Amino acid sequence: MTGVKSAVGGAARQAAAGLPRLLPPVPGDAEDLNAHLTRHGRLRYHGTALLHAVKAAGLTGRGGAAFPTHVKLTAAKAAGRPVVVANGAESEPASEKDAALLYHAPHLVLDGLVLAAEAVGAGRAYLYLHAGHAGRIQQALTERRRVRLDAVAITVAEAPARFLAGQETALVSRISGGPALPTFDSRRVTERGILVQNVETLAHLALISRYGPDWFRERGTRDEPGTMLLTLHAGGRPRVTEQPIGVPLSAALGVPDAAAVLVGGYHGTWLPAAAVPALTLDNAALRRHGASLGAGVLAALPHGSCGLVETARVTRYLAAESAGQCGPCLNGLPRIAAALAELAGPRPRRSTLHDVERWAGLVTGRGACHHPDGTARFVRSALTVFGAELKRHASGECTATDREPVLPLPPGYAAPTTDEEWR
Amino acid sequence: MTVLRVDPIACEGHGTCAELLPELVTLDEWGYPIIHWGQTSPQTPLGEPRQLPPGLERVARKAVAACPVLALKLVSRPPRKLEA
Amino acid sequence: MTSSTALWYASRATGVVALILLTVVFAAGIGISRQVRIPGLPRFAVTDLHRNLSLLAVAFVAVHVISAVLDTFVSIPVLSAVIPFASGYERFWLGLGAVCFDLMLAMIVTSLVRGRLNRHAWLAVHLTAYLSWPVAFLHSIYSSGDLRHGVLLELSLGCAAIVGAAVTWRLVSVARRLPRAQRVAAQLAAAQLAAAQTTRTLPPRTAR
Repeated sequence: MTGVKSAVGGAARQAAAGLPRLLPPVPGDAEDLNAHLTRHGRLRYHGTALLHAVKAAGLTGRGGAAFPTHVKLTAAKAAGRPVVVANGAESEPASEKDAALLYHAPHLVLDGLVLAAEAVGAGRAYLYLHAGHAGRIQQALTERRRVRLDAVAITVAEAPARFLAGQETALVSRISGGPALPTFDSRRVTERGILVQNVETLAHLALISRYGPDWFRERGTRDEPGTMLLTLHAGGRPRVTEQPIGVPLSAALGVPDAAAVLVGGYHGTWLPAAAVPALTLDNAALRRHGASLGAGVLAALPHGSCGLVETARVTRYLAAESAGQCGPCLNGLPRIAAALAELAGPRPRRSTLHDVERWAGLVTGRGACHHPDGTARFVRSALTVFGAELKRHASGECTATDREPVLPLPPGYAAPTTDEEWR
Repeated sequence: MTVLRVDPIACEGHGTCAELLPELVTLDEWGYPIIHWGQTSPQTPLGEPRQLPPGLERVARKAVAACPVLALKLVSRPPRKLEA
Repeated sequence: MTSSTALWYASRATGVVALILLTVVFAAGIGISRQVRIPGLPRFAVTDLHRNLSLLAVAFVAVHVISAVLDTFVSIPVLSAVIPFASGYERFWLGLGAVCFDLMLAMIVTSLVRGRLNRHAWLAVHLTAYLSWPVAFLHSIYSSGDLRHGVLLELSLGCAAIVGAAVTWRLVSVARRLPRAQRVAAQLAAAQLAAAQTTRTLPPRTAR
């Protein structure tokens, strides 16, 4: 894992806006405990007071679902003998925000984890992440243990390099000693007393504990307060930046002329160029276009690239990453991927487009997790936004001038074929 | 509310449920059950989960008991909503 | 013929019928798991057959046991029907019958309430069928000499052959099933083949 720089350029503008909150102000810094405590000071709200503060602040999850955090905390507390897990297993290839947070501000995440554990009365806390990030976290934990900072023991649990590893029930399965595969249970994970929170959510929580709910609400919108980390793909290396929720999409992305924009990652939605100027980065606005922020991935498609080719590449990856446990997903996603590959090439059969539409409908809502739903959403949005391109391919033409891949996939990606690869 | 649900991991596509409860369950092109819940929308193409119609409760229980892998269930809450 | 002899004959006859029924029940159970269909009948017919015949089998076993207990020619205490190896007469082989009867009762009871049971609990009890049938078979051929001669010998061998074939079929299908981790790759390969069109990409247009 390469060290990820925080936002460069516009740093002065950021500072004036009271940003960044989460990442250290100077790009490249990885904060040790002293630097962390110097920057943020001591915690003020704990336990029940913290629960009230989180509710007043209106913090929502930053892992993609944007679920109200205080509701989750309260439910976990009510479940009896709760366990808290910080989910840092950022399995979306296009997202780097959790990696950046874990590298640059691990103590903020660990503060949040311990605060959440105390607030819900949990005796155990876990930090779930991919192998590459464990080293930095272990360093941070050693610093904290030396000064006996945390009342709750934190266990680091390793996630395999699979797209579904960060899925809530897969995470629980992995931490319980099994494979990182989604499971089916009619009860929600929180109802079983397991509180799973994205690492960024916990980082915000650690700041709310210090500065209070009013400070948190100084940025963002009334219904979606606060800031969020975004991973931007706008040419060159991906950038991680922190923005208040509700900023104009074009300002955040910084690409004046994109053919289309992917919002929300590989389970997200393509938006046409025409929609971009009016859009703000908040779920209320995005929902009107059938989109949502997800985990904050924004990718601009350059004019020279073909949206169908990009979508086909990613869909094949998504299909290969299916757990293969549920009939509809196991059967539907590979067929959808093959169909997309056909649509991305010259003169696809006329039935292929109808097949994809049908299959997308068949897989949605019929798996143990939302992998098929998200894939179907991603694919359908592509077929809508790149409708004109579909017609051109039908005539044997493509408007693209550049075959360089735009959307990132894990380097040297190969689909898993043994059970060991899920552990 | 009592809702009919399928455990998609346990389900092996035997199709017993669709045979016993055709009012609520049909099979897709791969042999796996689709539970028809009611009003559909683009966001929820399979419909919002709704209370099992009282006249069908007895047959539903029979279908639940008949599933060879016990994948069909009657649960007393609505399942998680599809994420936006 | 005394009533005692009649009871003894009844016990032996119902025993033979029970063995045949249990053989068909076993085969039907395998048929369900292999998604076998009886031509012309709905899918559920196999499940129905399995269930109804198993209840019929229990009825025959009950008569088999009661008539043996009531018969005064040999002393078989009633509790030995469910407590294995508690009978004076043919202690071991009769005891096997009690083992089988216990397992059958467990299977039937758990199946009657299976809608409310945990999936794995029900399966664990039901898997004892693989033990229960051989035990019933051994009990049958050794408790009395009936099945070791003549037509009944051929019948018992036939039953054993049917169960043997069913078990083999089941084991082969389990062995052939793709491990979960390989299923997706197999589906992807099949889907690529199914797409008749080649997936060669379009050459990029020369930039103007």
